[in-house]
Amino acid sequence: MRVAADLELCQGHQMCQHEAPAVFGLDEDTDTVIVLDEHPPGELRGQVLNAIKYCPAMALSLEDE
Amino acid sequence: MTTTVAGVEEIREVSRRFPTSEHGHLEDLRDDPIDLLHRVRDECGEIGRFRLADRDVVLVTGAEANEAFFRAPDSILDQAAAYPFMTPIFGKGVVFDTTPEQRSEGLKNQALKGEMMRGHAATIENEINQMVGQWGESGEIDLLAFFAELTIYTTSACLIGMPFRSELDGRFAEYYHELERGTDALAYVDPYMKGVESFEIRDAARLKLVDLVQAIIDKRHVRGKVPREERDLLDVLISLKAEDGSEHFSTDQITGMFISMMFAGHHTSSGTAAWTLIELLRNPDAMSDIVAELDDLYADGPEGRAEVSFQALRSIPNLEATLKETLRLHPPLILLLRVAQEDFEIGGHLLPAGTMVGASPRVSNRIAEDFPNPDGFDPSRYLDPNQADLQNRWTWIPFGAGKHRCVGNAFAMMQLKAIFSVLLRDYEFEMTQPSESYQDDTSKMVIQLASPAKVRYRRRVA
Repeated sequence: MRVAADLELCQGHQMCQHEAPAVFGLDEDTDTVIVLDEHPPGELRGQVLNAIKYCPAMALSLEDE
Repeated sequence: MTTTVAGVEEIREVSRRFPTSEHGHLEDLRDDPIDLLHRVRDECGEIGRFRLADRDVVLVTGAEANEAFFRAPDSILDQAAAYPFMTPIFGKGVVFDTTPEQRSEGLKNQALKGEMMRGHAATIENEINQMVGQWGESGEIDLLAFFAELTIYTTSACLIGMPFRSELDGRFAEYYHELERGTDALAYVDPYMKGVESFEIRDAARLKLVDLVQAIIDKRHVRGKVPREERDLLDVLISLKAEDGSEHFSTDQITGMFISMMFAGHHTSSGTAAWTLIELLRNPDAMSDIVAELDDLYADGPEGRAEVSFQALRSIPNLEATLKETLRLHPPLILLLRVAQEDFEIGGHLLPAGTMVGASPRVSNRIAEDFPNPDGFDPSRYLDPNQADLQNRWTWIPFGAGKHRCVGNAFAMMQLKAIFSVLLRDYEFEMTQPSESYQDDTSKMVIQLASPAKVRYRRRVA
């Protein structure tokens, strides 16, 4: 799986960092998300799915490769 | 392949139910906006047009056109001039008088970030407990009045601060409601038109709100300074001085700021709470699923009973699905508008600067291709792995979409989860009027529940 963030849509709520801290971080300068790990291990899939589901900006998605 | 770009006049104009109106489709919009918006898609397709006073409004629906609409930057599609009915409510110099850059800067500093949610959840639980604490064993509530008052207390407590909130009583909610009722689409002709009763009530209500805020400010001056940790936003605003030592903000301006801060979260949350309860009463199976889900969640465990404020921040799948389905069927805002700042191409048409462009949550949320059985209430659309909201990011749009997707949506969902956790844990509800008589009053741009909309409650037996 590949994690993608749409920086045009991100509003900097930082919910994703709470859901999946190993996968998402924050760019302090632009106040938008940084994807720390585009290909997180399978055991983080649940966390990533929650981050996508609860992102207030609907800026995250998961692409199966 | 060559694409020809057509002008705005080649976009089909929707039919008129009031052909003699001198302001185009204004009377259609005032009489039955839902019918007008659906007719645009039915008659014209994914891009259609109606006339509002002396302007074209191009209405887009469907994923492709919606995405183009919602992704357009403020410099091209701006909100400032799109909502003239808000100016007399907020007052001069507030919100839409600022530049797009100032507005986006403001987003970074607001109290809606994830890290603030825990405190907000506790505040909301406290407010709902206070309201319900006066209920007793059984009785009747008016859904509009009850949720409108509750959400005045929650939004003021969370966004302005507890000291300010504790000075408010039912009058603030009453006057605020009168402001919301002052959003007649006649404002597209003239927001200060003479002889319009709802505008007169609106302006009187705003003055009454300024008086209430002035009385609170007077008390603050008498009380004097308090330690930093006890201050709220009002203390901060009245402490600011201009260069000549005078007050930086007048009471009128401060009131306008508070009105505007609370506006986006008030009638929207209040209406959604009311419609959620109505839909649950209309759909007893969904109600029993949620009551069972909440009973399980709040059962006494080895570590005692879970706190509502803790749980509202976590997953409550059935309740969340019902809230999403309620929002899809009853989006609080049915028409989102922008004004083209320069020539703007959408759906194969070039719109000249000054054209109004709109997207409709009400219409897009019910596109049958994206939401099978679109008028049916079916929360299972959202349960994993269906996720109808994530699958249709540009047509499931009760919160809008794109850059300006409602920044308060996580707050709103948390608040609704907290409200229903308390209500359904402790009480049972039943309708006191025919199911179909619960309806929206769509005569104003701010849609609210039509009166009467009453339900009976009874404390649950353990």
